Order: sequence, then C-alpha cells, then structure tokens
Amino acid sequence: MAQEQPKKVRSEFIYFAWRNVKLRIGVSVLLAFVLFSIIGPFLAKYDPLEYVGPAGAPPSREYWFGTTTFGQDVFSQFAHGTRSTLIVGLLGGSLGTLIGILVGLISGYRGGLLDEFLNMITNIILIIPTLAVLIIIAAYLSVRGILTESVFIGLTAWPWAARAIRAQTFSLRVREFVDLARMTGRSSLRIVLTEIAPNMMSYLLLVFILQFGGAVLNAATLDFIGLGPTKGMSLGLIMNNAVLWAALQLGMWWWLLPSGAAIAAIVGALYITNVGLDEIFNPKLREM
Amino acid sequence: MLQVENLTVYYKTIRGYVRALEGATFTIADGEIMGLAGESGCGKTTLGHSLIYLRPPMNYIGGRVVLDGQELPIWDMEKMQEFRYRHVSLIPQYAMNALNPTRKIGRMIAELLESRGMNYDEVLPELKRRLDLVQLSHDVLKMYPIELSGGMKQRTVMVVSTLLNPSLLIADEITSALDVSTQKAVCEMLVEFRDRGFVKSTIIITHDISILYQIADSILVMYAGQLSEKAPTETIFQDARHPYTRMLIGSLPKVGVRYQEERLLGIPGSPPQLLNPPEGCRFRDRCPVAFDRCTEVPPFREISPGHSVACWRAF
Amino acid sequence: MLSLERVTKVYRLGAFGLQKLIAVRDVSFEIGEREIVSLIGESGSGKSTIGKLILRLTPITSGMIRFEGTDVSTLSGPSLKEYYRRVQGVFQDPFASFNPIFKADRVFRMVRDEFYPQVGMREWNEKVEGALRAVGLNPPDVLNKFPHQLSGGQLQRFLVARALLLDIRLLIADEIISMLDASTRVDVLNLLADLKARGLSILFITHDLSLGYYISDRAVILYRGRIAEMGPTEKVYHRPLHPYTEMLMESVPRLDRKWEEEVRMEREGGLAGPTGDGCVYAARCPKVMDICTREEPELKEAEAGHFVACWAK
Repeated sequence: MAQEQPKKVRSEFIYFAWRNVKLRIGVSVLLAFVLFSIIGPFLAKYDPLEYVGPAGAPPSREYWFGTTTFGQDVFSQFAHGTRSTLIVGLLGGSLGTLIGILVGLISGYRGGLLDEFLNMITNIILIIPTLAVLIIIAAYLSVRGILTESVFIGLTAWPWAARAIRAQTFSLRVREFVDLARMTGRSSLRIVLTEIAPNMMSYLLLVFILQFGGAVLNAATLDFIGLGPTKGMSLGLIMNNAVLWAALQLGMWWWLLPSGAAIAAIVGALYITNVGLDEIFNPKLREM
Repeated sequence: MLQVENLTVYYKTIRGYVRALEGATFTIADGEIMGLAGESGCGKTTLGHSLIYLRPPMNYIGGRVVLDGQELPIWDMEKMQEFRYRHVSLIPQYAMNALNPTRKIGRMIAELLESRGMNYDEVLPELKRRLDLVQLSHDVLKMYPIELSGGMKQRTVMVVSTLLNPSLLIADEITSALDVSTQKAVCEMLVEFRDRGFVKSTIIITHDISILYQIADSILVMYAGQLSEKAPTETIFQDARHPYTRMLIGSLPKVGVRYQEERLLGIPGSPPQLLNPPEGCRFRDRCPVAFDRCTEVPPFREISPGHSVACWRAF
Repeated sequence: MLSLERVTKVYRLGAFGLQKLIAVRDVSFEIGEREIVSLIGESGSGKSTIGKLILRLTPITSGMIRFEGTDVSTLSGPSLKEYYRRVQGVFQDPFASFNPIFKADRVFRMVRDEFYPQVGMREWNEKVEGALRAVGLNPPDVLNKFPHQLSGGQLQRFLVARALLLDIRLLIADEIISMLDASTRVDVLNLLADLKARGLSILFITHDLSLGYYISDRAVILYRGRIAEMGPTEKVYHRPLHPYTEMLMESVPRLDRKWEEEVRMEREGGLAGPTGDGCVYAARCPKVMDICTREEPELKEAEAGHFVACWAK
C-alpha cells in the first residue's frame, strides 16, 4: 500500500504527459532540431562561408538548399546556423532564468528594503527599450562572439521572470509549511532553497522554456539587423544576408525560407511545449 | 413535498467512478426542515446539489426525484432550468461572497427576475415586505454589496433565494463564514420563512450538528455515500438506532461536559475510499457491532413512523 | 510560565502602509504550568495573531512576551532556536502544514537536522516511533507516506508528535481540530488532555465554545483584539460577566439547550473598522452607557481569578 500511491502519482503525471498532444508535438519538433544541430554540421559538405558552387542556384542534389548569390552552400550555412542559434538560445535563456530566479526569490522572501531596491532595478530594466540598448552596445563593440551575444540577451531578458517568481515566492512564503520550517529553526536561506524553490519547480521550468524561446528570437533579431556575432553563422544571419542581397526579389526563396521557417518552428515548438506543460502541471486545466 | 427514490450519482474521474451517492431514498413533508448531516465525503453536498445542479463531473446514474407530485428531470440541465429558482432554490456556500460587486442589489435582482421572464416592478412590493421581515432597510436595493456587512449580505441572499416561494430550499453550509450572532439570526430566518409559508420543504446541509439540534425538525445522517438514519431531531439525539449515528452524537463535545467528568469517544478509523467502496454497509469496518450480514447492503427501512434506519442490527 | 504583558500588534495596510489595522491591543494574560488555557474568539478577534506572536512568526508592535522569565519578543538567531525547543505550535489546516512535494516524515528529519544532529539514526528512529505512539499513531501505518495519503486527523497528530520530539513545555494549538471530521475531533482533544496530564501546558485557540469547555482550565474571551473576560472555565461559562460573553453563550448553538425565544438583542454593529476611543464592544452592546463610548474599560478582577473589562460591572 505504501509503495502503490507514489507510483500512481508519477504514472498519472506521465499519463497526462503522453496524452498531451501539444507536449508531444512541441517536444518532437525541438528534439528534431536539437538532433539536427548535433549531426547537421557533419552532414554539411562544405564550409558555410566558402564559395563552392554556382551563384544563386536552386536546390539540387548537390546543393540541398541551393546556393547563395556568392555560391555558398545554403544547407551548410543552415546546419551550422541552427547549432549556433540553439546555443545562444540555451546560454541566453539560462542566464536570464538564473538572474530572474535569484532576484525573484531574494526579493520575494526577504521583502522590506531589499525587495524595494531589487524591484526598482527590475522595473528600470523592464522599461528600458532593450533592443535600442542592445543595438547601441553592440554597435560599440567591434568584435562580438556568441558568448557576448548570449550575455547581452540574458542580462536584459530576466525582469519579467524575476517579477513572476517574486509573486510566486510571496504567495508561498505565507504558507503554513514555511511557518513550520521557521519554527524548526531553519535559516531563511535554507527555507528558500529547500521549501520554496522546490515547490516552484514546474513554474521554473516554464520560465526557462519561455526564456529560451525569447533568447532565440532576440538573437535572430540582432543577427538580422547585423548586430550578431562578427564571425560565425546563425539562422538570423542567413536571413540578414538573404534580405540584404534581395533574395526574394531575385526569386531565391531557398535562401530565405529554411532559416525563417526554422526559427518560427523552434520558437513555436517551445511555446506549444510551454502550454502543454502548463496543462500537465495544473490539474484544473486537464481535459477530462 | 419531496420524494427521492434510489437516487444514485457518481463522479467521473480518470480512475473510474467515485460512488459518491448510492441509492438514496427518503421523503420530506411540507413544512419540514430536514438537516443533512455527515462528515466529509459522506455525500451530503452531492445529494443537495444533484437536486438542482447535476452537472459534470457529477454523473446521474439512476433514481427519481418527485417534487409536489411532479418528477424533476435532474439529469437534464436544460429542462431543470424551468424548475430552478421557481420551485427548487439553492443557497450555496459563501453565497454572500458571490454577489456581483459591480451591481447594485436591486439591479441584480431585476436581472435575475428578467432572466426568468418576470417583471421586477410586479415583484417589488413583496420584495419590500420580505426585506422588512428580515430587518433590512429598503435602501439595500440601491447599495452595492461592498456597502453591506456579512450578515446583511447573507440576509439579502436568503431573501432573494426565496423570493419566488420555492417548494424546496436547499441551504448549503450557509452559516460557516458567519459570526455567532449572525449565525443565529440566519438560522432563525430559515424557520421564519418556513413558518410563513415562503418555503415548503427545507434541506439544511451542514457539518455543524448543533445547528440542526436547534432548528431542524428531522435529521438525515449519511455515511460514505449511503443513508444511515433519518429521524425527528429529538430521536436522533436520544434514541438513535444506527451505530454510526450513536457514535457520532456521542463524540460531540457540549457545554456541560468536561473531560475529567466524562471522556467522549471518537470513532477510530476513517471513511472508505469511494472509488472501490467495500461491499454492503460501508460503515462495517469501523462498526463495533458489525456481523456477517453486513456484507449485504441493508435497506433504508422505516422502523417506526418517521424513523428510518439502514442497519441489520436495528431491524 | 508564559506571560503576555500589554501585547499589541498593528498591521499596516494599503498603499504606502498608511492604514492601520489593530489586530491585538494591550492584551495581558498568563499561562501556568500544566494548564490548558482556551483563547476564545470569533474571526477578527485577534486570537490567531496572538498565537503567531507567541510563536514569533510575526513581529510584535509593542509589549512583552515572557517565557520562564525571559523576554522572547525580540529574540532571533540561536536564542530563538532555543525558544523553539520549549514552545511549538500546530495550526488549523493539517494539509497546508506539510510541503506537498515531500513525504510527511520529512518534518521529523528537519527536527533532527536542526536540533539533534549528533543523535544516531537508530536512536532517532526509536525516538520518532515513541513519539508517534504517544500520540496514538501506529508507526508502520504512517511513516514513509506523502501527506495526501494520510487523513487530517493523522496529520495533526503527526504535528503534535513532532512537537513532542522537542521536549516542549508549551504547545500553541490554533484551531487544530476545526478542519477535522467530527468523529476524529474528540480523539485529538483527548490527546491534548492526556498531554497536559503528563506536564505540558497548552494554549487552545478556538472559536468553538463547547471545545473550550471540554478541555480547558481557564478561558480567555477575546473581542476585536481586546480581552473581554477571563477566568476559570466553569465561572466564565456558567456565570459570564461581560455582555459579549453573555451573547456568545446564548447565541452559540448548543447541544444542551435550545435557543431561547427572548434574547437581549444586540444592536446592529455596522461595518467593521478600527474603533476610536471607548470600549470595542460599545457599538453592539445592549448595556452600553455613556462612558463606554468615551473610555476603554480596564480588565478588573470581579471575583477570585475572574476578570472582566466592562464599565457595567
């Protein structure tokens, strides 16, 4: 009897996880892209920046996604670009989530002056038009790498997460099991880490997913306007180049389409996964 | 007059049906105030709500409900609309918090009446008389809910719920959020409404048995979805026949009893899961006088006028 | 053992914290050794706030709380932890007191981590089993389970067992049985009575008069943050002196007598709000006099051990 129930709880979770179509679609698409980002560059036959083929050729057996105006293999660019886009999404998203968690938990649990101060900072960064700031900063740095880009994005994307986590912390802080922990002489830090944070796990996962998606979009935007990494390849950069060289007007749809579709698919899949997970974690939303 | 025959309602969940209400059969006469008592999970809320709002996850499984000689189509939410508020009315728990904060009271009542195809101005004189009865000024109609105190809101809700003189009034835990003096006023109001004929039969659902002692004519005790006993209030307290009723009454602290003088006893164990409830009488695992016959469900049988029990030992 | 001296708690509400809510005002009473004191009041009386103040879960605005001579109202850090070795609490909602994602016995592990880190596992397990049996639970039935697998009554006893592990002198029981089923309530009540016989003092916070009568030695009646009346249980219940207590005794639905037809009608109190000067009960009191609206009555001893705050007495 003692062992039965926990298994039922877990299997109920998995039951709903599997049943949830949105989750299945989202996770499948994401996994496909992740897989592709790992093995893709090995499938790419050419260096993405080298001029290897005829200029502006449509997709063929030799060049799967055709070539650019300069004769670069679009597929090789796409394969490398996907990898770097996902990496920026991961790094930027993780940084944003981490800062958001720290600020949210601390200000939510402590309250008082510290909360006021952190709130002020959160609001300031929230209000600043981040894209404008990013553009300015990026324009000043002549050499930019993927890491720099991820850090930028992470440092500007955390405020909404901090706000949301702070609100959650507030509501958890007054729960009676927290009082019980206080009456057991637990220190505040330990309470935050061992009582409050674990209760927010599902929420933190959702926050991370949204941060990931947001980071991908932000990176694509930056790349698109030419403020991405100075070296290297990314999906946004491909799109940037394509538009710059009038790909659409010249009818070279193969240059623009895959990258745009890939970004849309990745971000879309992330958001769908988010909605699916929300349904799973929140029993009231489950369809019955 | 309300006649319920074999009413069975289950809740649908992913693990199967939760047998919340099993074969309920009883009668409430005109002018009778019946208390519906029992602990959590006994089915009293299911019973009360299935008489007026039987909707998912509640599933109608079987049984009949006859009010004043007419069968109520409780399984059909739309057909029941005709009976709701006019013939069967419900005062839900925390009703006083359910008043629309953006509507003045008078307007809310007008909208409610209009949705039933009635004219507010025609009903207004009677409405005013009722407000007088519960000592609410007519100005209440021009106020917003936030301007009223808890007790005033509860009285307003009671007036509104009984405005069309329903044949059956179901009061679901209406005293739980009130302070003591308001609780008493509200209970006495229920009796007053019955005395003046505004309401014919009343069901009071509560976990506070002492309120039933004060104002109920009869009490129906339920356990784990089954009816245990129904009898006039005095009988329940003095001469109950079902072991559960006796033990329940015996476990209630009352002013005048201190533990040094008389140690009260609880009922060890806990109610069964209703997903796969035990066969027969569901109390038998906790019953001190259970015997082998108890694996067969005892019928809810009348052992003396107005006194019915479902227990093999009581027959 | 525990004494509250002119304890006051004011909450600041609203934007910029300009509005004040006086939850507890100038409350003084004592709890002695081996004594069960009932703190009786309705919602808004401040009874739960007093429990939280004693348990240091919310800071005190003014006044003093002394435990065994020491002022505990401003403790923090290690000395606060020592205090928790002697004073613990159990609250109303058994399920809310447990972190739902962990198993129930984690609360015992937490006690060991914080207070008995040097005790060996085997010795500790024996201690835990002993505490569980002392509250009437069978260890194999309740150990290693999640809170939702146990009943409310079992969880409340679990929490009492946890308090016993700490070898406490005083237990604050805040409405601990109001969310339990009728058939299990009295078992938990009896448990408290047994614990008192073994040397524990209990502050029993409740709104249910009959529970107070069953187990307490003394009763303190609270109204809107002030003590209206206090004294030995039998005296307060059978010969109430304060009009509010009289109203309570008459209006509460009891099982030993029916409501009387003629009752001293309370006056309509109107909306709640911080009162100005004068007695907190003046707005509703049937015996109100002129002085009641101007000056607040002090708690005075009317007969041995029986105190009341009322100008009419």
